[in-house]
Amino acid sequence: MTRWLPYPRISALLLVTWLLFNQSLAPAQILLGVLLAVSLPWLLARLQPVPGRPRRPLTILRLAVRVLLDIIRSNIAVALIILRPGMRGRTAGFVRIPLTMRNPNALAVLACIITATPGTVWVDYEPDTGMLMIHVLDLIDENEWIHTITQRYETLLLEIFE
Amino acid sequence: MSPDTELPLWAAIVTAALVLLGASLALIGTVGLLRLKTFYERVHAPTLGTTLGIGCILIGSMVYFTVLETRPVLHELLIAFYMTLTTPITLVMLVRAALYRDRYHGRNQVPDSDPPKSTLIDKDRGRD
Repeated sequence: MTRWLPYPRISALLLVTWLLFNQSLAPAQILLGVLLAVSLPWLLARLQPVPGRPRRPLTILRLAVRVLLDIIRSNIAVALIILRPGMRGRTAGFVRIPLTMRNPNALAVLACIITATPGTVWVDYEPDTGMLMIHVLDLIDENEWIHTITQRYETLLLEIFE
Repeated sequence: MSPDTELPLWAAIVTAALVLLGASLALIGTVGLLRLKTFYERVHAPTLGTTLGIGCILIGSMVYFTVLETRPVLHELLIAFYMTLTTPITLVMLVRAALYRDRYHGRNQVPDSDPPKSTLIDKDRGRD
């Protein structure tokens, strides 16, 4: 199993992707999909991904729902900021957030969450100290952001990855 | 799509509303690119189009084709999945390039890397 499929779940994802793209369950498409699902993960192995699988599917679901709600909320917030005439009374700025997690996969997921959410962007991370720097479009209280990132996201990511 | 199939009114309204909402969000994001002042502020604006904006349009597309073909049409989920995965990578790369340049030239009041390497070494020495 692992000799032919170094990353079984990536292979499954590729096969499903291929079949959905082609909107077909014809034997020829399945064969092509299996071919891709077996061959492409070998390229991934060359990238030497950090081992470690996410655990606790329920926590993953909780995190996904939480992120989805936050994305919708901040879409509205950022749209209102842009449409507000003059855009006065708002300061943008950098915030430093001390992180306790060190798992590279968890950090990558956090980077996607923070950047995909309108109003916050992942800027810099110091691996030695675990200090994360983000840029916030509407910065009112730094501590609130530190609390949001560490309590809302980091605690769940720690459960999933460590 | 065969010509004898017709979209029911409710599906037409839902699809139109979702597509219009998604397009409006993309437009607001584009306006933000124009109106916001610094690079670090501007980078926030296009995420409106790439998150909720594209989400609304994709759900609209799923409703439209599912009702029209009377079977679930789900490949829009792939677009959402790969969009969420790839957009942050581009944005983070752009921001990090800007940060590197601003730190190098000492512009735009960007914070230094924290804590400065020298104090870190001092602290370690003190502990020894």
